[in-house]
Amino acid sequence: MGLIRSPESDPILVDFASEIGSVGPVVVRGGGTHWDLGGGSDPAAREVRPPEGIVGIRAEEMTVEARAGTLVSELHEALRPFGQRTSLPESPGSTVGGTLAVGWSGIARLGRGQTRDSVLQVHYVSAEGRLITAGGPTVKNVSGFDMCRLLVGSLGTLGCMADMILRTRPIPEVEVWHRVVDVDPAEVLRRCRTSASILWDGRSTWVLSAGYRADVDSDLRALSELGSLRPDHPPDLPPIRWSRRPSDLFDMSRADAAVGRFVAEIGVGVVHTENPVEPSPPSPGTVALQRRIKDALDPTGRFNPGRRVGGI
Amino acid sequence: MFGTRLRKTRPHAGDDRCVADLVAALGVERVRSDGAARLLASTDASIFRGGAAGPVCFPDSTPQVQACVRIAAVHRRPVVARGAGSGLTGAAAPLGSAVVVSTTRMNRVLEVDVENRTAWVGPGVINLDLTHHLGPHGLHFAPDPSSQQVCTIGGNVANNSGGPHCLAYGVTSAHILAMEVVLSDGEVVMLGGLDAEPAGYDLRGAFIGSEGMFGIATRIAVRLTPDPPAVRTLLLSFADVDSAAATVGAIIAAGLVPAAVEMMDRRCVEAVEDFVHAGYPRDAEAVLLIDVDGMAGGVEAQATKVDEIARGLGGRVRVAADEEERQLLWKGRKSAFGAIARIKPDYYLHDTVVPRGKLVEVLRAIHEIVDRHGLLVLNVFHAGDGNLHPIIAYDSRQPGMSEKVREAGREIIEVSLAAGGVLSGEHGIGVEKRDFMPLMFSDDDLDQQARLRGAFDGLCMMNPGKVLPSPHSCSDITELTEAKGDLWG
Ligand SMILES: Cc1cc2nc3c(=O)[nH]c(=O)nc-3n(C[C@H](O)[C@H](O)[C@H](O)COP(=O)(O)OP(=O)(O)OC[C@H]3O[C@@H](n4cnc5c(N)ncnc54)[C@H](O)[C@@H]3O)c2cc1C
Repeated sequence: MGLIRSPESDPILVDFASEIGSVGPVVVRGGGTHWDLGGGSDPAAREVRPPEGIVGIRAEEMTVEARAGTLVSELHEALRPFGQRTSLPESPGSTVGGTLAVGWSGIARLGRGQTRDSVLQVHYVSAEGRLITAGGPTVKNVSGFDMCRLLVGSLGTLGCMADMILRTRPIPEVEVWHRVVDVDPAEVLRRCRTSASILWDGRSTWVLSAGYRADVDSDLRALSELGSLRPDHPPDLPPIRWSRRPSDLFDMSRADAAVGRFVAEIGVGVVHTENPVEPSPPSPGTVALQRRIKDALDPTGRFNPGRRVGGI
Repeated sequence: MFGTRLRKTRPHAGDDRCVADLVAALGVERVRSDGAARLLASTDASIFRGGAAGPVCFPDSTPQVQACVRIAAVHRRPVVARGAGSGLTGAAAPLGSAVVVSTTRMNRVLEVDVENRTAWVGPGVINLDLTHHLGPHGLHFAPDPSSQQVCTIGGNVANNSGGPHCLAYGVTSAHILAMEVVLSDGEVVMLGGLDAEPAGYDLRGAFIGSEGMFGIATRIAVRLTPDPPAVRTLLLSFADVDSAAATVGAIIAAGLVPAAVEMMDRRCVEAVEDFVHAGYPRDAEAVLLIDVDGMAGGVEAQATKVDEIARGLGGRVRVAADEEERQLLWKGRKSAFGAIARIKPDYYLHDTVVPRGKLVEVLRAIHEIVDRHGLLVLNVFHAGDGNLHPIIAYDSRQPGMSEKVREAGREIIEVSLAAGGVLSGEHGIGVEKRDFMPLMFSDDDLDQQARLRGAFDGLCMMNPGKVLPSPHSCSDITELTEAKGDLWG
């Protein structure tokens, strides 16, 4: 017998599992903010809404448990009085479950860490309609295989996430955005440790400085030696997102018409552009392995049919 | 009973042909099948004595690892990857006379990319060697298990290892970008990637912590962390364990994330002082060793806050005056296991995690359990993330002692789980905790994990008999049933 709380004892999770059921194509709809990612969902799939609401803030543990349908903005609002937040990016209307299913990190990844590293435990519904616990509630855990990491970024094709426990982080004492013109963004990355985000559009650099006041002040002095500095908001991000190695970003140029306007996340490697690019094809061995994982966890292909993850 | 006693060191039937094939593929100097080599490869640093190695191979390239795996398949032998053998759960102890693939020759740092803060390393690179190698660049590999002088990056990946400084920086999974893996069918795949967000399922994440059961990592891309510009080390001492534990809870609750928060109780302090003279106070019931790091302002602010919290809870505070004192204090912490080994011939090192707010309660319960069994316990652990390491020191030659130690261990696991904790924080499951998995996971949960395992290794060839309890494990390898309780210590 298990010694930990079973998800079966939570009526909300049990209801969600019975809604998902064990037959027929289904797709869980979160905020719908990235609905067309991976090719969009098959219209024949039954749409199910995930449960909503914050289950518990454990500020003294620096963890929070929320239902998959909770808005990230709402979660962060509730955590703010405790001086905490999660690594999850906020975009208007996006849910916690949807954000994990997509798996992207926010523009402040340098400072706030990656979305995938923040997940401690997930309750999800398997293709057979069973409630499953992946991971555990503590901030450190290596009991069994890491199903949590697998679920992050799987676009709802392996299991339907119902609720999750996330690690939280302290909100820094100071967080300010500045814009600096004509500096080498690589120099900003090297010199300014408090940079939680460095965005570069080929000419201007936007820096989010975050940390203790004395450290931010010292970095801002260093920044002002590099170029002229003024308070600003982060730039609007063009719609298309690509993933590169961090050093590849420095080869980008505003003059390249194929790319169009871009905003690059320096030190991370994500680039936001106007124009789509062809992603490099995954290696055949990896495609076969992903296929086997999909077939093992969702043998009838009922979860989110039509949506393609990484070339399978 | 304790020591190098093994169930079986005789060669397995059919060994000769298997060895001959391995020698033909790898060369005679890379295959050992003598008793001494098998004996060494049959155990790890745990007290599990049920392992029995078949031929031991020392490949130095990915194609050679592929050859080992393919030859093992032909001879219907399982394959067990082996790093330094410093694991504490029997995970590297081969069952079923497995072919052992030792990574000791794959120990080169292949490429350091300072600009991208990454490095490609062989799986056999020793953790501390990597960090030494990176020193001149002002970078390091953040996971720092207490065994870092011996354990390998491949072992760190397979166990998703932690260490004192993982409190602020995260465990191994947060520091691995990609790896090349040989699967059980001999195929080579690249999991993860060096770009910001590799497409597809996070196969990298799934592989990390798979304890050698998903495949053999043959090259690993690690993320490198810039060295902090400033570090301050504080030694807090307390008149009772409860106050020390409460201080840990209060530090976390205050929103501080020190780089490391380690606890030692009085018995452990005494053992360490007798051994390395690190300068810990012998009159304290518990000490906390804390690192705060980062830029000067943050270091100052955090140190001030820690000082205030500790004094408020009756602690005494000493700040390391210079790098020499800092190193000495940390040397004390890192030699704790060696120090304990001098007290009794055997020790059983546990590893569970509890919510940080429950440390006081669970430490008390552990003392109660150990006292009731008439055993001796020492505590030295990663208190900042609630990761307990109660160490039971004992002498296995005393009749009935090993059974008592195992029983106390089971009770410690139960109180940890009942407090909202988990089975393992960093050492993993291996054989040691395999049969405790149902305490934490339902049959359905374990079935999902077994399916993931099957997707990586449909042949059940990679380190079978670990992590997943029967009937979720592959039951077709008959000798695996050997891993029973009586093979401990
Ligand atoms: C004194 C002491 C202190 C310790 N302190 C810590 C600590 O602070 N934190 C912590 O997390 N652990 C700690 N450990 C446990 C242990 O050192 C770690 O688990 C370590 O990462 C194991 O590395 P290894 O090279 O010794 O692996 P091994 O013991 O050789 O193997 C461990 C597992 O990894 C697999 N494996 C090894 N290499 C590969 C590969 N290339 N591909 C696939 N699988 C592979 C093996 O099959 C096995 O399942 C400690 C151990 C000791 C003895």
